[in-house]
Amino acid sequence: MQKKIDEIEKSIDDAVKDVQSSKTLQEIKMRFLGKTGEISSLMKNLRDVPPEERPSVGKLLNALRQWTEEKFAAIETRIKDFELKKKYADEKIDVTLPGRVAGDGAYHPNTLIRDELISVFAGMGFEVFEGPEIENDYYNFTALNTPADHPARDMQDTFYLAKDLLLRTQTSAGQIRVMENKKPPIKILSPGKVYRSDDDATHSPMFSQMEGLVVDKGITLCDLKGMLDEFARKIFGDGVKTRLRPSYFPFTEPSVEVDVSCFECGGKGCRLCKGTGWIEVLGAGMVNRRVLEGCGIDPDIYTGFAFGMGIERIAMLKFGINNMKLLFEGDVRFLKQFKG
Amino acid sequence: MKAPLSWLKDYVDIDVTAQELQEKLFSCGFEVEELIDIGKDITGVVVGEVIECEPVEGTHLHVCKVDCGDRGIFQICCGADNVKKGIKAPCALVGATVYATAKDHVTVEGVMTIKKGKLRGIESEGMLCSGAELGVNGDMYDGADYCGLLLLPDSAKNGSDVKPLLGLDDYIFDISVTANRPDCQSVFGIAREVAAVLKKELKEPDCSYTAVSGKYEKIKITDLAPDICPRYIGHYVKNVTCAPSPAWLRKRLALCGLRSISNIVDITNFVLLELGQPMHAFDLRTLEGREIVIRRANDGEKITTLDNNEFKLTGENLVICDGVKPVAIAGVMGGLNSEIKDDTTEVLFEAAKFARDSVRKTARALGQHTDSSALFEKGVNEYTVEKAMARALHLIQELNCGTVTDLHIDETTAYSRTDSKKMTVSVEKINALLGIEVPAAKMVEILENLNFKVTKKGGELNLTVPRYREDIDGYPDIAEEIIRFYGYENINGTFMPSALITNGGLNDEQKAEKRLKTQLVSKGLYEISTYSFYSQKDLDMLHFAPEAKERKAITVLNPISEDLSVMRTTLAPSMVNVMVRNLRRGNLEGKLFELSKIYIAKDLPLNDFPEERQVLALGLWGKQDFFDLKGIIENIAETLNTRFEFLPCEKPFLHPGVTAKILCDGVEIGYFGMLSPTVREELALERFAYVAEIDYDELKKHAKPFKYAPLSKYPAVTRDLAIICDRAVTCGEIEREIYSACKYVTAVKLFDVYLGEQVESGKKSMAFTVTFTPNDEPIENKIDGFVKKILGNLKFKLNAVLR
Repeated sequence: MQKKIDEIEKSIDDAVKDVQSSKTLQEIKMRFLGKTGEISSLMKNLRDVPPEERPSVGKLLNALRQWTEEKFAAIETRIKDFELKKKYADEKIDVTLPGRVAGDGAYHPNTLIRDELISVFAGMGFEVFEGPEIENDYYNFTALNTPADHPARDMQDTFYLAKDLLLRTQTSAGQIRVMENKKPPIKILSPGKVYRSDDDATHSPMFSQMEGLVVDKGITLCDLKGMLDEFARKIFGDGVKTRLRPSYFPFTEPSVEVDVSCFECGGKGCRLCKGTGWIEVLGAGMVNRRVLEGCGIDPDIYTGFAFGMGIERIAMLKFGINNMKLLFEGDVRFLKQFKG
Repeated sequence: MKAPLSWLKDYVDIDVTAQELQEKLFSCGFEVEELIDIGKDITGVVVGEVIECEPVEGTHLHVCKVDCGDRGIFQICCGADNVKKGIKAPCALVGATVYATAKDHVTVEGVMTIKKGKLRGIESEGMLCSGAELGVNGDMYDGADYCGLLLLPDSAKNGSDVKPLLGLDDYIFDISVTANRPDCQSVFGIAREVAAVLKKELKEPDCSYTAVSGKYEKIKITDLAPDICPRYIGHYVKNVTCAPSPAWLRKRLALCGLRSISNIVDITNFVLLELGQPMHAFDLRTLEGREIVIRRANDGEKITTLDNNEFKLTGENLVICDGVKPVAIAGVMGGLNSEIKDDTTEVLFEAAKFARDSVRKTARALGQHTDSSALFEKGVNEYTVEKAMARALHLIQELNCGTVTDLHIDETTAYSRTDSKKMTVSVEKINALLGIEVPAAKMVEILENLNFKVTKKGGELNLTVPRYREDIDGYPDIAEEIIRFYGYENINGTFMPSALITNGGLNDEQKAEKRLKTQLVSKGLYEISTYSFYSQKDLDMLHFAPEAKERKAITVLNPISEDLSVMRTTLAPSMVNVMVRNLRRGNLEGKLFELSKIYIAKDLPLNDFPEERQVLALGLWGKQDFFDLKGIIENIAETLNTRFEFLPCEKPFLHPGVTAKILCDGVEIGYFGMLSPTVREELALERFAYVAEIDYDELKKHAKPFKYAPLSKYPAVTRDLAIICDRAVTCGEIEREIYSACKYVTAVKLFDVYLGEQVESGKKSMAFTVTFTPNDEPIENKIDGFVKKILGNLKFKLNAVLR
């Protein structure tokens, strides 16, 4: 019997020597371990063995079976491993091939800035109000303390649509509509398109402004400064400071021009800030008493501040856009640069 | 506004550099737009004395030995015709920079550096210079206009820098003055601020003169338009001798860019620059009736101005007339008929206040903008009107070019304002507005430096406002005066400690709009922004009929150009233009959207606020097709939680077979389709393009809030149905029937259309996946019944049967 067993062991060794695929291995396995396989046949033949030899022969056969099974298991692991490696190799892709992009769109740079500004000021308690673009003389000028003969009217060349109807030159016009209908406390943000008869690389006959207005008891110039500091940090980055300097707008008094420290060079002076370390970003001031009075708000009880900035200007500064016209041309090569 | 440093020094002892002064002015609200260093291109030029001068035979050259004091003696070869032994001239040493001039010896062609060189083989260590080579003309320095060497006085020290001698060490401040400070539109006006910011004494210009009394023939002045000419002063000067102005006067004018004409005219221009008050001088012999009448012009009245332009006037224009005819357009320009001539002997000086908007309107209407009109438009004050006249008369005496008489006619009208404004302000209120504590004593000091008269009484300041400060109106103006000299750096940020809490953020409508944009961007569209105005030509481009509602557009009365002359009534032309531009630039495909307003007039011409409607425009071109666009539109419906229906329709610029209108709850809210072959051909578009326009203001009325519907415990069941029907039957019709046949149908989705041989001709097959969603009981066993009902309805309504 031992001889027989040795023969089987040898033939198994021979059979599996060059096995490369699991399919062949399976066939070999069937040849020895299948129902009619060689080892199974020996097992079946055990009943022909004399009863006194059966335990020892059985032991031998069981050992053989176990040895065979272990042998096959080991080979199987090796082959599977080999086959997996081959599969990996076969299925290897060029991961640098381009991805498939589902949506490839982008907001207009103005919308990006507008939304960013709104979220900064919304957090400070500002609501958003959008007034009409076509205004009359009263809302655009007179109520903003700019009577007909006022030289400030020349600061903005106005498009007229009728004797008393015009394209608003400033979103400040919306302030008046808010103050006529709402009593303090007022914290309003008024974004929108405005129009001036100007057309060159830095001026466009249509552009967008974002106007802010606060009216409440005890509002001071320091409050304006505090809020602008917060705005500058959030829009232009930590460490950006603001600087106020005197200016003039008919609807505010005192009026200030607001500069932010250059966020490119940190105030050392570079091309963006023209070497000054500061960049002019907006105009602001304490709401003129006459403006409050005209809206039925008692200027002896309430004070307020207003500020206004050009959205395109902020977009051009933040994204380094050098020509305002690009914003209105709709060239997809331009628009693609503002994804995300 | 240009103010030369040398001129400012007449009034203030300026002991800081030009750059320091620039910063000081900036801090108090006067931005120096440009600090012009007038001698910045000239370096290394010193006074040289020609101590030897020998002609070079056969040439126009002289070889000279030039004594440049402690800089040395140099051999210089010179071609000027006025070079000779003993003269002193500017000598540019080796390494110096001067202007290179053209053959005319006048036109500056750039800056050159002097090198050691050889002329006709003769060594030359420098160059003797002309006025032009140093950027100096005859008004800046006497004799500098001569084409040869600029001759310097014998007193000039050899070897010393020529710049101070020629006035090239000067700076000009080009200052931007805000509209509330017309009183600073002059050299002296700026000097007042300089004095205040440097805390220095201000020296007033000399306005004294001695009038010679006598029996002079009366001059009559009548102001018939006091509302726009509140003040008019005339003064009679006789024995006038017209002559060139002295060098100092010509130099001042030249520094500010004015040409010298003659002493009388130069005096008026000098006063304009110095005090900001335009003046005029009439040749009295030309004034018929020795009379001045200030009135509105008669329609059609004509005048020829000093610059030889004839203008036809209207009642909008204010004119200065003599007894018969206009002799000047008030505040704009004098008439040729009364101009000062070389033989003028009697002059009537004019100093007046004309209303800002009157001068502005006239200057604009006539297209005649002058230094004078610019100042009147900004506003002059009567204090300066008086002062300017006195200053001019002083200058007549200083220049000794006429006899100042005592014939002074002052037309003060009811509109005139000669008193000083008085006001009382509270220290506390000023500090409350600023948010800091400025000491009262500091306030007094600042205001006094600005020529306010101040008396402090308790917590209040009684103020007399300088007459030229017409901008001062209430205590906030005083607060501004104080903080601009106290310093804005003292304003420390606070965060509205006294304000009430407000709820900020977007309202529902604003949020929905933001969601819509987000949705479109996520679908791969780029947002664009285009001008709100276009031209009728853009409507022609899209073949809108003359009577189309889109043609009823609001016109811009003063457009920047024809292209931007009407307010848009549809966004489609703008979208098409952007697509065309993209294609022309080689951008072969793209998807765009714009959410902007259109402007619809109730009546034309416009007489009331028009309606401003928000409209969403979509534009696709390149690989995209109709159904890509439709998919985007269907997504919009989902975003707003509503549903759209689509029906074929026609638009003048779209393909009639590939255009649909969009309905929402039965209301037409827009359209979309393929650009027609005709329009594409006209625009030379080689790609298909699609446009959609949706009335967003209408659409948002149909938006529904999102609300949770309970989820069914049982799974939805789907069935595929292939339907055969006439070709004319639309997918939409079948969908509608399937929905209405069974309330459990929650989705109907077309997945195939077949028109081939397998179906009868004139018919088509459409295959749909129909989804049935149960509520609270299983419907598996009811589906066959539902399908039967659906098929029954399809057969009955649309003659459509199961394939």
